[in-house]
Amino acid sequence: MNVLLYLVPMALLLGLTGLVAFLWSLKSGQYDDLDGAAVRILPDDDIEN
Amino acid sequence: MAETLDLSMFVERGAAGAARMTLAVEGVHCAGCIRKIENGLAKLPGVIDARINFTQRRLAVDWRDNEIDAAGIIKAVEDIGYHAHPFAPERLEADDSAQAKWLMKCLAVAGFAAMNVMLLSISVWAGNASDMTQETRDLFHWLSALIALPAAAYAGQPFFRSALRALRARQLNMDVPISLGVVLALALSVFETATHAAHAYFDSAIMLLFFLLCGRYLDLAMRRKTRLFAGNLASLKAEFAHRLDASGELTQVPAAALRPGDRVLVRPGERIPADGAVLGGSSEIDESLVTGETVPRAVAAGTTVYAGSINVSAALTMRVSAAGAGTLVEEVERLLDKAITAKSQTVRLADRAARFYAPVVHTTAALTAVGWLLAGASLHDAIVIAIAVLIITCPCALALAIPAVQVVAAGSLFRAGVILNGGNAIERLAEVDTVVFDKTGTLTLPDPRVDEGLEIDPEVLERAARLALSSRHPLAAALARRARERIAYPGAIEEPGQGVRAVIDGEEARLGSASFCGLAAADEAAAARGSDASFIRFAHAGKTATIAIRQALRPDAGAVTEALMVRGLRLIVLSGDRPTAVAPMANQLGIDDWRAGLKPAEKIAVIEHLQSQGRRVLMVGDGLNDAPALAAAHVSLSPVSAAHLTQAHADALFLGELLKPVERAVTVARQARALMKQNLALAVIYNALAVPIAMAGLVTPLIAAVAMSGSSLIVTLNALRARLEVTANHHLSPAGRGRLPSAARKSSEGEPPSRKSPLTRLAAEAARRPLPTGERWEVTGQQNDQTRLVRDASS
Repeated sequence: MNVLLYLVPMALLLGLTGLVAFLWSLKSGQYDDLDGAAVRILPDDDIEN
Repeated sequence: MAETLDLSMFVERGAAGAARMTLAVEGVHCAGCIRKIENGLAKLPGVIDARINFTQRRLAVDWRDNEIDAAGIIKAVEDIGYHAHPFAPERLEADDSAQAKWLMKCLAVAGFAAMNVMLLSISVWAGNASDMTQETRDLFHWLSALIALPAAAYAGQPFFRSALRALRARQLNMDVPISLGVVLALALSVFETATHAAHAYFDSAIMLLFFLLCGRYLDLAMRRKTRLFAGNLASLKAEFAHRLDASGELTQVPAAALRPGDRVLVRPGERIPADGAVLGGSSEIDESLVTGETVPRAVAAGTTVYAGSINVSAALTMRVSAAGAGTLVEEVERLLDKAITAKSQTVRLADRAARFYAPVVHTTAALTAVGWLLAGASLHDAIVIAIAVLIITCPCALALAIPAVQVVAAGSLFRAGVILNGGNAIERLAEVDTVVFDKTGTLTLPDPRVDEGLEIDPEVLERAARLALSSRHPLAAALARRARERIAYPGAIEEPGQGVRAVIDGEEARLGSASFCGLAAADEAAAARGSDASFIRFAHAGKTATIAIRQALRPDAGAVTEALMVRGLRLIVLSGDRPTAVAPMANQLGIDDWRAGLKPAEKIAVIEHLQSQGRRVLMVGDGLNDAPALAAAHVSLSPVSAAHLTQAHADALFLGELLKPVERAVTVARQARALMKQNLALAVIYNALAVPIAMAGLVTPLIAAVAMSGSSLIVTLNALRARLEVTANHHLSPAGRGRLPSAARKSSEGEPPSRKSPLTRLAAEAARRPLPTGERWEVTGQQNDQTRLVRDASS
């Protein structure tokens, strides 16, 4: 069962990375305008011809 | 007229001439709109950044002050084709959004911890049933503790803080048993882990926090949504005033920026922006929003005037002053203070449940421990079982039972055009057995309408209506609404206090007072329509017409009052207007119980009398004179056109021209209350089943996990039924459109389609309103009084 000593911390670390990523995205305002994000993908004026 | 626009109160200044302003924008509904506005503004010299928040329908602009100013930016948005209204950020909104972020962080931490602890717990449960060694189990328990303890310390803060606050005030709220349950479960688990026991409850504690935080967050999100919306509404309806500087120069400023001592010019057709005294000019003012009286009052130099009155005939200058002793405003505020202190704090259903629940649970746990000790169990076992009782009864379902319904019901009300100021209004609305209506602006439409009873040639009426487009007079505005072709006649000239004239088809047409049109002051048509109507005369090419303008009932008032009576509610009309004006309307609606000519104190007296008889009163009113009555009543509603002070004291606002939201509010609230009670019953049943198992000492962490999440889910799903039932009723609504009187359909041009979202509706409503830029003001100034809203953010 010694493998658990590697696997469990690794699983927790991965989960923790997800949590930190979420908190970062929350802090950087990515959830402030969800409806806006949904429609902003539509115009393609950022594509250079 | 060149008039500068001063928006400095809305602008936040940064370092080195940087400025920032938030605007509520109408009509933005797709990516194209966002692009057009953002790119259009970005091109302007001096604009640093323009960003639309599409969810909130708000635009934030940063610019350098020396190159462009706030008025220029509004003008630019206008040129792009949208209406933007400067927005004064409210402190409450900022608090809410900070609170929401904090709850979201707690939720994230609790979610992360719950998932990982559950991962370990399931291994332990499986291991306990098979061949897990004690060492591995202890390792897993310690790992769980490592995750759960810091996570609970962080994510539990909203509950711990609220519980501490309640305990300091020597009260019990739902957060006390929650906090106690969580802390005890964690402490017991740590102890059990240290003594190599088979069971630990880390997963129960952290999952409980996760579920409860979900409920808290949804509750706050709903409140935030309504508050954001109310904020946009306020900025869309904000009024502007013409301030006279010492040199006689005019500046347009938001009414909220006026200070006592300012001199203000009020043109005919405009609303008086603040309380004060007339300095010069003589005119008549329509005070229906203030006193309920529909007959205009003559004012001259020295007369006290109130914010919200409409200047009818000629321009006035006035000096803004704080409310003086003996004025109506002062009396209203005195009554308000009294009413608010006298109003007993109604105990919310959730708090009542908590007050009953917490002692029962804690006593049961104590009795369990004592019982097991008496039965010969060891102290350790007795305490473990007692704590298991506390964990299993931890009021997860109970704490979700009411907020979940509130969130769903507030959402339904929002879609029906009712904006709640506070969550517990729903409970109080459900208890109502008497509805007291104000007349002017509540049962009747806020703006006067053309009386349909007079037979007028449609051709003539159309011409008169188009001519009325060129006038600022409030009566003309009512007539102008009837114009099918909304183009003013070229060359129309308004003679203040008299009327408008223009040459139509080679002949002069006149619209205005009888003498202006060369007619006799009294004619048959006028006499036939009674004294509560005002008349406009029209003369053109030998044809004359007398057009009566009067207060009209809201198109669905009859259907709604009938529906309310069918529900067994007693209806009463209390009006500040004359009896001759109130009686016909009350009769038409079939309400026998009406009183007229009431002062604010008398309205309160009637309501207090009713409440002393044990009646629960819903007060619906819009006038300044209604504000104390709204505060005194059990629960209160205001149309969105109400005076500012009145809105502030109403529990909810309703939008649009229809009275239907009042009925919907009562219906939804009753449904919601029924669901709340059902949910409480479900929580009780759950406890009745779970507690004996816990007391018998049979609860394992697995049973606790299943029981707690199961009961929370059931309660939440039951709450969602509020939404389903409301939508079902929407299609088969008993007092629906099919039964509207034909007159309602005729005058429904301004009626917002009820299926649209309130924001869309609001945009339609506001599109008829002038903007604070010079040119539009000139063209559409006469439409100013279509919205009768006074917003004075300073009070």
